[in-house]
Amino acid sequence: MSDLSNATPAPLGGAASGTPAVEMDGIVKTFGPVTANAGATLSVGAGEIHALVGENGAGKSTLMRVLGGGFAPDAGTVRVLGRDVTGWSTQDAIRAGVGIVHQHFMLVPTLTVAENVVLGSEPRRGLQLDGRRALDEVRALSERSGLRVPADRTVAELSVGEAQRVEILKTLYRGARILVLDEPTAVLSPPEVEELWTVLRRMRGEGATIVIITHKLDEVMAISDRITVMRHGRTVERLATADTTPTEIARAMVGRDVVLPSFTSDAVKAAGEGALQVRDLTVRDARGVTVVDSVSFDVAPGEILGIAGVEGNGQTELLEALAGLRAAVGGVVRIDGRDVGGTSVRRRADAGLSHIPEDRHRRGLILDYSVADNLVLGQQHHFARRGVMDRAAVARNAAEKVAAFDIRPPSAALPARALSGGNQQKIVIAREMGRDFRVLLAAQPTRGVDVGAIEFIHGQLREARAAGKAVLLVSADLQEVLALADRVAVMYGGRFVAVLPRAAASEEVLGRYMTGAQPRNDA
Amino acid sequence: MTTTALPASEPRPRGAVRAALEETLLPPVVALLIALVIGDLLILAFGQSPAAVYRLLLEGTWGNAYGLGQVLYKTTTLTFTGLAVAIGLRAGVFNIGAESQLAAGGCAAALVGLALPAGVPGLLAVPLCIAAAALGGGAVGAVPGVLKAKFGAHEVIVTIMLNFVVLALLNWFVASKLHVPETLHTPEIHTGAVPRLSDAAAAFHGSAANATLAVALLAAVAMGFYLFRTRRGYELRAVGLQPDAAEYGGVSAGGVWIRALMLSGAIAGVGGINYVLGYKHYYEEGFAGGAGFLGIAVALVGRNHPGGVVLAALLFATLSQGGLAIHALVPKQMVEVFQAVVILAVAVSVPEVRRVLLSARRVQA
Repeated sequence: MSDLSNATPAPLGGAASGTPAVEMDGIVKTFGPVTANAGATLSVGAGEIHALVGENGAGKSTLMRVLGGGFAPDAGTVRVLGRDVTGWSTQDAIRAGVGIVHQHFMLVPTLTVAENVVLGSEPRRGLQLDGRRALDEVRALSERSGLRVPADRTVAELSVGEAQRVEILKTLYRGARILVLDEPTAVLSPPEVEELWTVLRRMRGEGATIVIITHKLDEVMAISDRITVMRHGRTVERLATADTTPTEIARAMVGRDVVLPSFTSDAVKAAGEGALQVRDLTVRDARGVTVVDSVSFDVAPGEILGIAGVEGNGQTELLEALAGLRAAVGGVVRIDGRDVGGTSVRRRADAGLSHIPEDRHRRGLILDYSVADNLVLGQQHHFARRGVMDRAAVARNAAEKVAAFDIRPPSAALPARALSGGNQQKIVIAREMGRDFRVLLAAQPTRGVDVGAIEFIHGQLREARAAGKAVLLVSADLQEVLALADRVAVMYGGRFVAVLPRAAASEEVLGRYMTGAQPRNDA
Repeated sequence: MTTTALPASEPRPRGAVRAALEETLLPPVVALLIALVIGDLLILAFGQSPAAVYRLLLEGTWGNAYGLGQVLYKTTTLTFTGLAVAIGLRAGVFNIGAESQLAAGGCAAALVGLALPAGVPGLLAVPLCIAAAALGGGAVGAVPGVLKAKFGAHEVIVTIMLNFVVLALLNWFVASKLHVPETLHTPEIHTGAVPRLSDAAAAFHGSAANATLAVALLAAVAMGFYLFRTRRGYELRAVGLQPDAAEYGGVSAGGVWIRALMLSGAIAGVGGINYVLGYKHYYEEGFAGGAGFLGIAVALVGRNHPGGVVLAALLFATLSQGGLAIHALVPKQMVEVFQAVVILAVAVSVPEVRRVLLSARRVQA
């Protein structure tokens, strides 16, 4: 691989000809002592879909914020369609047709889709918003772009996928011709991802230029024309998608060889009853709608049971009910034969339950607490003597876990907020898997983390299985489920519609069940 | 994994501690400077010299024993109400009821002081009165706590409305059962009075400063220990920062809210002894005099930290006492304006300074 951080972009063959849509050269951006971009280079041809890949903290988002006018670079030049725009403002960028769709949505939940889309450049009638015209314009735009949204509903009622379409519509409404999407698939289900790809291809067909930030390599292969790989703030590789392989991209991202997820059958499935037994578990949401409908299953010691399914089919509620965070209206939950139904989170933890929650920012971490304090969350009783926290024990625990799980930077005194997403997830993994447990609930354990951390986390889950733990894995990433699980259950409409042995499960088969095909039970 | 490209040799923990100090101390200091500038402009608008006004203010407060005594007296009450608001905010609940909790505590202490015969030694009577004050304030604080935890009633609304209810009830009770004719206060307590500062140093004669100040400082130390060293404090702050994560960690947010509001009410209630045991030796209608509300400002400026609260209480007490001294040059309401400016400046500068510090440090991936 070649280090291009200081070189001028070499011309690549392919579709792009003429002036590149975006040309960024030698971009340097530092924040105090931290260097986010150290001479990054990016060249995006007009009318292509360009993937910007790299590990968490590689400087991708910073580079895109420099492009979008959010940050002025300390050094380097930014050209858009040949014009030097270095250091322009967000407003300049929007006027010039550069639109950025952020990882976290910036929508007003109480306003309608149409109102959100036109916000900031509303059609007016006198001093008032022309609601009728806004609605018509947004509907027309939705029709034209293929981004299907219910224009008259409030954003609060939308699914995550729909909300994201609204974000994209917002940038199109402002006339974006160069569109930057920051990890757009992190929150989408497989069918929603497919739909997004269709829309992006259609937009490319109409001449739009698209930059997509991601660290999912299958997505890079599926959608992009070209790839720029960043590492430690530098551009380390520029590739044409047709001429490369996922292995090559992963190596460029991490700087060494990576084992990509594939199923290894090192299961030591023990005979006997399940470490986790669930019988007829039923959960209703706040409105009284049944979201988990009489679900029964066992997870044996030394087994990983994967739950596949489009998000919102009861997986979240199922895991919350198992963890004691949500009351069940019926059913039995046993951990190692002990009935823990109706008991508190703490009781279940003491019974041997560990839980990696799906949303580490909301549940898994207290972002303003130090790494050390986060490493005892849920275990605080065991780190207190007569009600007083044993600070020496907390510090010892932190030092051990930071070293054992390679949490970086290795400073337990930093607030969790200051760490990158992958390292934040390692705090959660270290806390939940670094102690004695019998059953692990792992919800989206690798969401939003980079290839290196995924490899590490998958390794941890396999080790837990080898050590005879029972693991219940919920993931929106089918490849992850297929790479790790011994059996795969598909959840649809609050029920397990299929439970398949790994050998019988494939993306095609699971995909069918996930969309509600006829139930069948093979295992 | 991350671009935090600090040299490995640099000891990060010290950097983190320094950063935390910066974030904690800088906002109030910046706010105070802003307030001083605005204060100068106001004084100039009255045609006076800022230097002269500040000199007068300092002479009238820290410049003589009586003034200092009065400042310390006011600091005492404000420390209690500031701590009360601060512990609530640490748990994510906003107690606006310190005013009535302070009054309820003072009334309960006076009742015990009246109920005990005159011969009971102070060593027994004072703790009993303090316990009664804590119970009185804590009972008032429990109401919004339980209503929030069980029914989701917002504590801001409940505590505001309870102020009216509790103060009216106390006034009715004292006026109908206990008052000395022609006055709004109860008879003097038989026992439980605490020593005044002037008993130890005659120069403080006439000022109201008393041993309750020591209780206030002890309360601040105890609260700091509770918040930052105990398991319950760990859980309380967790609920205040991220209730969902706290529940994931096995903490019941509702339980913490009830406990925090009860503690908050109890701390405010104990503040009532400053007046009842330390100064007048009776309960009088309206003795709280807005100290409960000013406690909100004290907590805000003190950044919800016990040490910060004590310093902020000292600042607001100085301003409030200094208002009387500067009356010769500018209207004494100047001081109220200045206090308001400090509060506004803190409210504005805290998020601003925080944001600037954070964006300078955080690396966006």
